[in-house]
Amino acid sequence: MIISTKKPFEEILEDLEGDTNIVILGCGECATATRTGGPPEVAEMKASLEEHGKKVVFTEIVHTGCHELDVKRILRQNRETVDTADAFLVLSCGAGTQACRAATDKHVVPGCDPLFLGNIQRSMDFMEKCSHCGACVIDDYGAICPITRCAKGLVNGPCGGTSHGKCEVDPEMDCAWVLIHNQLKKEGREDKRTMLHGPKDWNVIRHPAAVVDRGADKQKMGSEV
Amino acid sequence: MGTYRDACNSGNFVVSGEIGPPKGTNVETMLHHIDMLKDKVSGLNVTDNQSAVMRLGSLAVSGEIVRRGGDPIFQTTCRDRNRLGLQSDLLSAAFLGITNVLCLTGDHPVVGDHKQAKGVFDFDSVHLIQCCKKMNAGADWEGNQLDGGTDFFVGAVVTPESDPLEPQMYKFARKVEAGADFFQTQAVYDMDNFQRFMEQAREITAGANVKIMAGLVVLTGLGMAKYMNRAVPGIFVPDSLLEELGTVPKEEAVHKGIEIAARHIRFLRDNKVCDGVHIMAIGKEEIVPEILQLAGVTG
Repeated sequence: MIISTKKPFEEILEDLEGDTNIVILGCGECATATRTGGPPEVAEMKASLEEHGKKVVFTEIVHTGCHELDVKRILRQNRETVDTADAFLVLSCGAGTQACRAATDKHVVPGCDPLFLGNIQRSMDFMEKCSHCGACVIDDYGAICPITRCAKGLVNGPCGGTSHGKCEVDPEMDCAWVLIHNQLKKEGREDKRTMLHGPKDWNVIRHPAAVVDRGADKQKMGSEV
Repeated sequence: MGTYRDACNSGNFVVSGEIGPPKGTNVETMLHHIDMLKDKVSGLNVTDNQSAVMRLGSLAVSGEIVRRGGDPIFQTTCRDRNRLGLQSDLLSAAFLGITNVLCLTGDHPVVGDHKQAKGVFDFDSVHLIQCCKKMNAGADWEGNQLDGGTDFFVGAVVTPESDPLEPQMYKFARKVEAGADFFQTQAVYDMDNFQRFMEQAREITAGANVKIMAGLVVLTGLGMAKYMNRAVPGIFVPDSLLEELGTVPKEEAVHKGIEIAARHIRFLRDNKVCDGVHIMAIGKEEIVPEILQLAGVTG
């Protein structure tokens, strides 16, 4: 799940300066779950913009906001209305906003700040546990990712900032290394604690990354041969 | 005075001090501290953007200490440079005549004065130790031959009061395995705890020639001691010292702190608890000669 927060309304108004007719797109997946771009948020944004003299000409919750074909289809099916728009305000992560970018040449404005790939621990309680580093190493760490959950992404143990099981960056946050050591002990895989790990290869994936279901990627993608 | 490496290998009790470069180019006070301490201690650490606060660089100041006839211990952290920058700076250090390197992770940028900065942490401190050793063997991290190698005496740090201690000791073992020649600890105040730590540490370093120096930060008052307990990770000032500091009027607190530091140095030396001490004065460099004299460790 991509976790995002709402941008301050004043910032959105500033970005929309000079634009009168607005299209608002939300996202039926992550932004709905995080309550930043679902039906209530889109309706609320519509009302707020209209209070400030904007004309909202079209709103839609795209089923999957980052699905470019989905966004293009919706804009195509509603071409007459959306063609009157000066700007598109997208309430989703940056991927959703750029799916809109791929579907129109008009002014596209982000309505949310994308934060991280988050696990849903319970309703509206999200935590970053994976940072998509390109080569998963967590078997050596009791399935607790030090790249993501240690604030410094250290791979050989805690720094000197660890304090009573918490992190120097945020005293509320668990030190990943205490969690890792406890977990490996529970599993009886003590040997993993004595491993010396090399630095990460930061170019396993080059950014911007792309994977296409053909050629060398075909088998990795798990598609039918 | 000879080199820090020679002092460590001599079997004698080793004492090092520390220089904190200024925030700016006014180096007058710092140069005074260097000249005051360079012949009184075997090595002088130079901090690297300590506490993630941007300052004059440890490389340039370490070079200046060499020029003035002292022996610097070049602190270098993984926070501000990737593996290219770190190795390039290590070659620059060798070029400037610097031989002692202290490899640190580095505090996170959010605790410093450039809170929006990107922390690099491409290498960790264990990799940095390994890297120095590779360069000593004539090659860079990737195994490419160097045209002229290095001869670094490689140091690392450990936090004896880390809570829990176990993960810290596993990391200590990785640093020993990576080839660290010496360790300087985070500041220690509880001598019983430190002796217990040293027993564990000696088990890990058994068979390897690794020197361990106790870190000492002079307590300059009850307020400071309480602050360290509350706010500095990995530091524990026991109640007995808090009481001792509390018994003297405020204006005599510094002297009491000096007395405590000198007492700890004597204890560690006389009981052969560790191989030496590293004194971090943190802005109070003027009192270091008095501590050394009281402890009877140098002239």
